[in-house]
Amino acid sequence: MTTPTTTPSPTAAVPVPPAATRPPRRPRVSPAAPSRTKGPRLAAGLALVVVGVAFLVPLAWILLASVNPSATVSVSVPEEPTLQNYRDVLTPELTFRPLLNSLVVSGATAVIVVLVATLSAYPLSRYRMRFNRAFLHTILFGSCLPITAVMVPVYALFVTLGLLDSVPGTVLFLSATALPMAVWMTKNFMDSVPVSIEEAAWVDGASSMQALWRVVVPLMRPGMAVVFIFVFTQAWGNFFVPFVLLLDPAKQPAAVSIYTFFGTNGAVAYGQLAAFSVLYSLPVLVLYLVVQRLGGGSFALAGSVKG
Amino acid sequence: MSTALAPAPSRRDRGGPGRGAATGGRRTLLRLLPLAPGVVLMGIFLVGPIGYALYGSLTNAALSGYRAVAPEFVGLDNYTQLFTSGQFWKSVWLTLVFVVGSAIVGQNVLGMALALLVRNGPKRLGSVVSSLVVTAWVLPEIVAAFTLYAFFATDGTLNEMLGWLGLDGPTWLITFPLLTVILANVWRGTAFSMMVYSAALAEVPPDLTEAAEIDGAGWWQRFTRITLPMVRRAIATNMMLTTLQTLGVFTLIWVMTGGGPGTQSSTLPILAFQQAFKFAQVGYGTAIATVTLMVGALFAVVYVKVLKPEVDS
Repeated sequence: MTTPTTTPSPTAAVPVPPAATRPPRRPRVSPAAPSRTKGPRLAAGLALVVVGVAFLVPLAWILLASVNPSATVSVSVPEEPTLQNYRDVLTPELTFRPLLNSLVVSGATAVIVVLVATLSAYPLSRYRMRFNRAFLHTILFGSCLPITAVMVPVYALFVTLGLLDSVPGTVLFLSATALPMAVWMTKNFMDSVPVSIEEAAWVDGASSMQALWRVVVPLMRPGMAVVFIFVFTQAWGNFFVPFVLLLDPAKQPAAVSIYTFFGTNGAVAYGQLAAFSVLYSLPVLVLYLVVQRLGGGSFALAGSVKG
Repeated sequence: MSTALAPAPSRRDRGGPGRGAATGGRRTLLRLLPLAPGVVLMGIFLVGPIGYALYGSLTNAALSGYRAVAPEFVGLDNYTQLFTSGQFWKSVWLTLVFVVGSAIVGQNVLGMALALLVRNGPKRLGSVVSSLVVTAWVLPEIVAAFTLYAFFATDGTLNEMLGWLGLDGPTWLITFPLLTVILANVWRGTAFSMMVYSAALAEVPPDLTEAAEIDGAGWWQRFTRITLPMVRRAIATNMMLTTLQTLGVFTLIWVMTGGGPGTQSSTLPILAFQQAFKFAQVGYGTAIATVTLMVGALFAVVYVKVLKPEVDS
């Protein structure tokens, strides 16, 4: 997957700064140049170091505390690093079951969203109808509503529908909240698959659905993978929705179980909390790297901010 | 089958006026069929709760007991109660400070600064720092919240570092809860603005700034007179998106301060949650949620207006 031909050109080469596109720096022959370019450069470097430290220190705490047998809230290098914290949390109740629940909830959400979004994107991308514009405006509007605001009414609705404490209900709600953004992104990816390729399939007698699955989908697989990972990551990290909708600890995903764990053991078990945080965060960090491989910065930007 | 087959829908030639009507009702319906699953899903689980919010805020629904099963219609009572409550207006104020401080000022300014620094500073250092910033953003929100809780805790890292400088750090989470969650949200969310602005800056043609440099413009002049106007669309979009994201922040505040101490950091999402689940006033909590949603919708409308040319193209 090194040739993401169908993804829109990743205008944002995200964490890799687009430095390569800069013109070569003017040769420093003019006598005044060295002092004038070096000063700001040094200042920029210093400022970067300061910001870098501010971001590094809290991150370092997670890693260092996770191998520290007597971790506190303060960052410190353990005298005898140990994996004991990991051994302590790697039990079915603390780690495996919550992570499995997270996998089920996020996986199911991502599969549903990618399927539904691909179907929805097809008419929006392929037919020019007056309806499309209104629909896309509504979608865009829906994608930026603060969903956390509706959790109280969602709870009330779920009580009425008898869906409270139901994993499928939670999955469907997560899917619905992820759909507007996913449809928007998928439509943009699909727009970049040329219609001319599809025309050949139409001439050969394929229906529009056949053309979609046989021609369009294979060409936009990297884009769909980006959407899948985007939705999966959001669902994986979502705390509020399962916190409100899932009551049974046996059904709760890692985001909620880590909160419960912290509430009961936090003051004494920072090391275990950190170890669990590392285990829980690793999958999304890996997926982020995968997305960068697939389409660079289009991860967050292709859908929402194209300008 | 032949209906779906017929015209190769080359997107260019379908823009003419009247074409939409000419396609005929049945074929249009058939073509819209793939939209059905998405529309149903969003109809039930997105539009549903919003409609339910509008209705529920007009009842005296409770969390459990009799009023949970048979809530009464109370008209605008919840809103009257809301708009005359000091707690509500305090929460509106806290939300405003939180959004302006952490999104509009914090994330946008720091994001732009980082994008510029990474672009113009030392390469290796720049990519290391931007990776760190992005990691803070990719982490699950609850992990970020715990991490920052530890950082700002009274015996936490920040106060220990201040101690090295001979300073006696305050009890951040208790004395300055709002400032602390603002800083936390800047830490957590700046990556997004940084990425948007890096992308935007990369599109500014370098010859423009070079020409200005030759004409003797200083870097600040080049930035304010050339770069900023060139990326103003990205700035508008980003301000709107970060505002909307920040308006909905729950987990970060909930884990770090729980809205407290007292209600010193209860923004609207926190207040709605507390009213509904702590004080069992679902109707009242729903009214708060509805107001928050309205504010968000207002911003969303502006955002869609800004992006309109993008959709219509």
